[in-house]
Amino acid sequence: MLINSAQSVVADALRGMAAAHPDLDVDVERRVVVRRDARDGGRVGVVSGGGSGHEPLHAGFVGYGMLSAACPGEVFTSPVPDQMVRAAGAVDAGQGVLFVVKNYTGDVLNFEMAAELAEEDGLRIECVLVDDDVAVTDSLYTAGRRGTGATLFVEKIAGAAAEEGAPLDRVASLARQVNESSRSFGVALSACTTPAKGSPTFDLPDGELELGIGIHGEPGRERRPMMSAREIAEVAVGAVLEELAQIGPADGPVLALVNGMGATPLLELYGFHAEVARILAERGVPVARTLVGNYVTSLDMAGCSVTLCRADEELLRLWDAPVQTAALRWGR
Amino acid sequence: MRDADFFRHWMAAVAASVEREADRLTELDSPIGDADHGSNLLRGFTAVVAALGAQPPTAAPGEVLQLAGRTLISTVGGASGPLYGTLLRRTGKALGESDEVSDAELRAALAAGVDAVAQLGGAAPGDKTMLDALEPGVAALGTSYRAARVAAENGALATVPMRARKGRASYLGERSIGHQDPGATSSALLLGALADVAEPEGAR
Repeated sequence: MLINSAQSVVADALRGMAAAHPDLDVDVERRVVVRRDARDGGRVGVVSGGGSGHEPLHAGFVGYGMLSAACPGEVFTSPVPDQMVRAAGAVDAGQGVLFVVKNYTGDVLNFEMAAELAEEDGLRIECVLVDDDVAVTDSLYTAGRRGTGATLFVEKIAGAAAEEGAPLDRVASLARQVNESSRSFGVALSACTTPAKGSPTFDLPDGELELGIGIHGEPGRERRPMMSAREIAEVAVGAVLEELAQIGPADGPVLALVNGMGATPLLELYGFHAEVARILAERGVPVARTLVGNYVTSLDMAGCSVTLCRADEELLRLWDAPVQTAALRWGR
Repeated sequence: MRDADFFRHWMAAVAASVEREADRLTELDSPIGDADHGSNLLRGFTAVVAALGAQPPTAAPGEVLQLAGRTLISTVGGASGPLYGTLLRRTGKALGESDEVSDAELRAALAAGVDAVAQLGGAAPGDKTMLDALEPGVAALGTSYRAARVAAENGALATVPMRARKGRASYLGERSIGHQDPGATSSALLLGALADVAEPEGAR
């Protein structure tokens, strides 16, 4: 691993972000990454956070038109409430703050505690839970669907609305609409290695893959012999479309995210996307915008995920709005 | 009666046993979690010992546990930070402000702490969580501290055949069966350390 020590990976990465991106205010000690001009213009703040290891999520999305601040936790461990309270205080311009929270027990508990504390400080806080992962089918007997690729859609669209000056309740309702309109499915070709453990988090032999994984190196729902990109795309897109159909009849195009888990080359990812695009065309699903790349990762895991979001004209307009962050930038 | 030093010793004993068992906790967390339970709790209880060392020595037992809980919430992260933090905060709150507490008061306070954990996490015994060690452990405090330790350890062992219904292990469904829950295991360490401090070897 390209590290100094397992204990310092998060702090070291934050020091690197600070050096690379002078428009970010990076507090390495307290682990808060804030857009320097977050308070200018009296906008709603959009704050997210989560365990480290999913880069560029979330700190890579801090900047114009997206997040006001991000709170990185330890690797695969949610941040602590102090971080979110500090971030909310740093970005609040009197218009309130939206917390974007991926649905994992730890993230939910820590963000809830932070929201309570920030509200005691007199801030207005709204929380939006992201839970798009269709691999978790048995929500009655689990912690509920996980938050994965749709987090990027939620953060981009909520951030664009906030940038335009939308009020807190509007930013929050758009974020919820994006989450409710999005579904994801992930596949691992290898496990990942956390710096603390130094060996793969689960045992996945060559020649096998894991279907329905999350983004924390946890095993998925089902293991199968290796499949081709074409076969994997059939399973992933099929699972996503099946769940999207349960929301209601299709009424427009989708945003598509074909996401790498960290160790899959873009060459393979684009080849995989060719299959995704073909299947969507065959099923009569128009794709309005596509993003292919490593955005919501799981350290050095090989594999991919597919996220589709049903987008109306307003969501498309906000998706197209200018953004300038470390990992996502266009239109400005 | 138990004074504030008793509770400081308890927290120090938890820190020592978490340090001793950190690798095992992380190992248990690998197949059904994300391989960090040991390192996260070690970071938290190391911070607890440091925070208690800086607390005025006049602090009451309840204040000791409340500071320990707040420190865990501020340093651990994940689900275990808020859950263990709430356990100790609520137990500390229930102890009130008196300088000494009886074993019966401690038992009642811990029961209140465990209830708060159940409420915060939305879990029940049998869900393969901390509660599977905490509930039987605290119930057995009525008999003795040693009985509480044994009950908590047995409770942790009993999570092996369970299917997880809460937390990250729940995503594995049937595949979570056959693994001991790391949170129940660390909960047994917490009550084991309490027994060590309350009834030291050879004292009875």
